[in-house]
Amino acid sequence: MSETVIKVENVSKLYKLGYVGSGTFRDDLKYFYDKVRGKTSEAELIAETNDREIKGNSEYVWALKDINFEAKKGEIWGVIGKNGAGKSTLLKILSKITSPTEGTVKYKGRIASLLEVGTGFHGELTGRENIFLNGAVLGMTKSEIKSKFDEIVAFAGVDRYVDTPVKRYSSGMTVRLGFAIAAHLEPEILIVDEVLAVGDAEFQKKAIGKMQDISAGGGRTVLFVSHNMASVRKLCSKGLLLRNGKVAMIDEIERVVDNYLSTEARQIFKQEWELDKAPGNDFIRIKSVEVKSGSERIQENFDVKTPLNIHIKFQNLLEKKTDLYISLHLYSYDGSCIFNLGSEIKSFEKGLIQSVLKIPADLMNDGNYFVNIMILDANGPKILYHLQECLSFEINDYRNDKTDWFGKWQGMVRPTFLPFTINQIEKDGAN
Amino acid sequence: MPDQNEWTEVIRPRTSLLDLKLAELWKYRDLIVIFARRDIISSYKQTILGPLWFVIQPIITSLLFTVVFGGIANIDTEGVDAFLFFLASNICWSYFSSSLNGNANIFVNNAGIFGKVYFPRLAAPIATTLSNFFRLIIQLILFIVIYLFYYFVKDDISVHPNIQLLLVPYLLLLMTFLGLGMGIIVSSLTTKYRDFSNLMGFGVTLLMYISAVIFPVSSLPEKYKFYIQFNPMAAIMESFRYAFFGQGSYDFFHLIYSTVFALVIFFAGLIIFNRVEKNFMDTV
Repeated sequence: MSETVIKVENVSKLYKLGYVGSGTFRDDLKYFYDKVRGKTSEAELIAETNDREIKGNSEYVWALKDINFEAKKGEIWGVIGKNGAGKSTLLKILSKITSPTEGTVKYKGRIASLLEVGTGFHGELTGRENIFLNGAVLGMTKSEIKSKFDEIVAFAGVDRYVDTPVKRYSSGMTVRLGFAIAAHLEPEILIVDEVLAVGDAEFQKKAIGKMQDISAGGGRTVLFVSHNMASVRKLCSKGLLLRNGKVAMIDEIERVVDNYLSTEARQIFKQEWELDKAPGNDFIRIKSVEVKSGSERIQENFDVKTPLNIHIKFQNLLEKKTDLYISLHLYSYDGSCIFNLGSEIKSFEKGLIQSVLKIPADLMNDGNYFVNIMILDANGPKILYHLQECLSFEINDYRNDKTDWFGKWQGMVRPTFLPFTINQIEKDGAN
Repeated sequence: MPDQNEWTEVIRPRTSLLDLKLAELWKYRDLIVIFARRDIISSYKQTILGPLWFVIQPIITSLLFTVVFGGIANIDTEGVDAFLFFLASNICWSYFSSSLNGNANIFVNNAGIFGKVYFPRLAAPIATTLSNFFRLIIQLILFIVIYLFYYFVKDDISVHPNIQLLLVPYLLLLMTFLGLGMGIIVSSLTTKYRDFSNLMGFGVTLLMYISAVIFPVSSLPEKYKFYIQFNPMAAIMESFRYAFFGQGSYDFFHLIYSTVFALVIFFAGLIIFNRVEKNFMDTV
């Protein structure tokens, strides 16, 4: 029975929505006054569960509510959940960047987040100076850094440039140097947030490889946050599923991923709301969103040859005539943005507005996708409302008979640019 | 189950206001030194004159002050050579004002690094103050060299070193407390209310005009003399000059007032800072 190295008890985090303005100071005083008298703050009573799909009545939201779990030495935990389920907030609390509103976190040893690569690098300083700076930021003492200095330089492969200012480094070199420092930190608990990860594929591979080494070799504990179910399944042993800021499930990783895929990653082709329950605010109320096939051939199971139409209807509540446009993000399920499109800009009166986007066939690769919609005031531009993950759908593969290749088709997109020609322009040996 | 005592650390919602975690800060002392080094080195990287800028800046400012305030505005420097008077004032004031300005933006300037990795946040303002202190020491050496030149070579009779010189380290300490304390108070408030960064933009410059930097308190009309004694910096400036020149209205009780003021500001700053640092990422 290995020992518990991190214990999270009843952790909750309260966030205030909206902007800081003249009203906040009064609210702060009120909150403070309630606390001083030992009362539960009014804010905490009226705060709501963090469900973005339901238009809330309260300005306060529990980004996390009553989180409990215990991780043991040597375990690799996969933390999964939709965007906004509270994953990043949980990591921020664990890494002490922000404090919980309630509850406690207890841990043993040193906590470090691996992918905050190069945090605190200063461009004017040399590689050598930055190794000491960054190492100290991550919690190493000067003598620790000194003893590992040569190893770090060798691992990063920057021997020649160690006395050159970092601003002259290529971005690859900077990342390598940052990673080398973090990799030599040897924390007991490692937090890896793939969503925040920057760097190329090679770097990510290296980071993940390092993660495996760390938990296998040193008996260290890893918390891994990712949208990529394949890598979560491969790397992790335990899973923690967050839903609307609460723990939805803790179990073996296989079962957690299956649960996530069957409940959260479901396809949403259409959503429609009554005006009083519609997502939105004082400016905008969304009426409906829908993704439809643009072809007679296929209705439900889209494939790569299916043109898709996205329909958005919303109620414009702005009294003044305003220039509006829609910005649409299409994401794949691993969290990469496939594209971001802005609609045309038009001036609108108060009332119902419809927008249609046609995505042609032969553009998207097969996979799972979701859609975020932003409605913006073109003057500014200012975001009036942001509706996240309002549609989600799967695009299936399509191969014609001539193709002999059956593996996964590579690439973020799968366009067909015609003609892509190939011709013989000279013949050798023949007359 | 492991005993409670075995945990390396327990993260709680909000600890006591007075829990400043000084032991932890001590563990990160290397970071403080490295931060301070970074501030100093990066300020003269890619310059031809390098660290010489630390001494050029007060000399040029003092020359300009000598012309504008001494020559044109005819401010009375109590018989002390105008350049020497302004050099002393400048060095003192720029230490206080750069500490104040540097610390006032500590959260906003470091949002990137604070948002990604944990270390005791107090390390940042302490390092800023330390790097300013280093600059001050260099400038003070410059001042003393020039001062000795006036005393021995030019045989300036207005220069009277006296026993109050022993107070100089204490005055520096007071300015450290004031600059650091006020700076972190402003920076703590700025995380949520950006109004304060607007105030700081012109406030520090204006503060100079009412802190007996460009004039001795003795040159003031009676009715203003009453008000200026409420400014803790005024007594510090006066005492500092008194120590070197033996001129001015050095007053022991004003200095006591400045001391109390500095201590209150400093501890209030620590407490507010400590409170804000835990959640500032949610508001910044």
